[in-house]
Amino acid sequence: MQRYSIFSLARNALSGHQGWSRAWRSPPLKQQYDVIIVGAGGHGLAAAYYLAKNHGITDVAVLDRGWLGGGNIARNTVTIRSNYMRDESIPFYVESVRLYEGLTHELNYNLMYSNRSMIDVVQTWPKLREIKRRMFNMDLYGSSYERISVDELRRRVPPLTGGGPGSRLPIICAMVHPEAAVCRHDAVAWGYARAADDLGIEIHQNTPVERLLRHPQNGRIAGVETSRGVVRANKVAVVVSGHTTTLTDTVELKLPIKSFNLTAFVSEPVKPCIDVVVNCPDIGVYLSQSDKGELVIGGAPDAGQSFRRDIKQHVFEDAVCAMLELFPAFKRLKLLRQWGGTLDIAHDASPIVSRTDIPGLIVSCGWWGGFKAVPAGGMTLAQLIATNEPHPLIVPFSLERFRRLDFILEAGTTTAT
Amino acid sequence: MLRIPCPFCGPRNETEFAHGGCLKPRRPDNPGEIDEAAWIEYLTVPDNPCGPLRERWWHVRGCGQWFTLVRDTRSHDLVDGDCA
Repeated sequence: MQRYSIFSLARNALSGHQGWSRAWRSPPLKQQYDVIIVGAGGHGLAAAYYLAKNHGITDVAVLDRGWLGGGNIARNTVTIRSNYMRDESIPFYVESVRLYEGLTHELNYNLMYSNRSMIDVVQTWPKLREIKRRMFNMDLYGSSYERISVDELRRRVPPLTGGGPGSRLPIICAMVHPEAAVCRHDAVAWGYARAADDLGIEIHQNTPVERLLRHPQNGRIAGVETSRGVVRANKVAVVVSGHTTTLTDTVELKLPIKSFNLTAFVSEPVKPCIDVVVNCPDIGVYLSQSDKGELVIGGAPDAGQSFRRDIKQHVFEDAVCAMLELFPAFKRLKLLRQWGGTLDIAHDASPIVSRTDIPGLIVSCGWWGGFKAVPAGGMTLAQLIATNEPHPLIVPFSLERFRRLDFILEAGTTTAT
Repeated sequence: MLRIPCPFCGPRNETEFAHGGCLKPRRPDNPGEIDEAAWIEYLTVPDNPCGPLRERWWHVRGCGQWFTLVRDTRSHDLVDGDCA
């Protein structure tokens, strides 16, 4: 692998940037692999990387129906945080944030990781009670939340001029989560792809998987049928976010998940005015400012299941109106782009990383807000693929929990309430 | 935005309606006799097709009628189908 550094940059600048090698290869598709990972998104590529790095398994194909990093890894709002509620969730996300912090060096790829902190604007007493409960629980696992006053909030977020005493929902206080960060989402996909490719993993873009295949005698997973022919493997991991059930339906595996469309949009670039991630759970909107100066704004998901990956006008208007309640000056901003992504959410709003009833088939799904979970999700999924035993951090996130009705109810920490 | 045909009021804007989720499977007639796996599947596994889906809507800012529609989750087109 060609290392990226100030010296390689200078050397290539002198030769007119003609000497850079490709970040990953495009090898011919074989008919048989040890492991197939369906989905070259954040989780799929991370799992491939850790399979090779931690477990020495390199006969792996990562298949994607589109281009690398064109799914939800390109459609999220890049927030990395660990302010969760449950004993099962917090250690997992704390580990994920820790892995993210060192990822730029590990992958030799600049993720533009930027520790911003997140501020939750509290406008109702039940929300304050809920967040305080989270604060105490997070304290047990080394993740932090601290309360600040309205004056301190307005000092830290100058454009936040709404929510005064006479408004519909006056601001009560705010809670700061200092570990929260943002980073370049494309770089996560590209960095993992480049590092995995260097370790011998094959990445195949434009290879849609149409069907999963089972062995006719013993029922084990046998491989996948793609648009480029049948590819066989004894282990298949389905890491396709919103389309998980579309694939698992082909082997009649039923999963407790629904797919929704979640939308986001960005404004025109403006001078730096917000250096934190601002989340307003009571009115259902959150935003941050990118390095380019665009405000990245997200709201609530569409009502009803959807695979359409677009934005509905009234959902968009709701998010904008909510934002203007607190940031009235943003009324003058023009909005540049809008997009949607298909996310899947489990019955209890917690992820599923698990073996299934079909031997050899592993699913990683239900990642509502999966961007922050990419490193830990990939690392634990790789261990599950390699050893068939779950990593301690994901033992609670198995499909078995539904059989025991032992739900990890995590709603309330996302906009999916 | 969808134009939703309320059976009582006719076509109205989607913002007049509340979404009631996908149509739940019918409760098993013999809960004491079916096995645990089937019962848990009934409790937790929803329909999630990439295609036509039966779902409940409530005309909450109109006549208050509950009804079932079939909507294609790929396109949001309202399609004909079994609404029972």
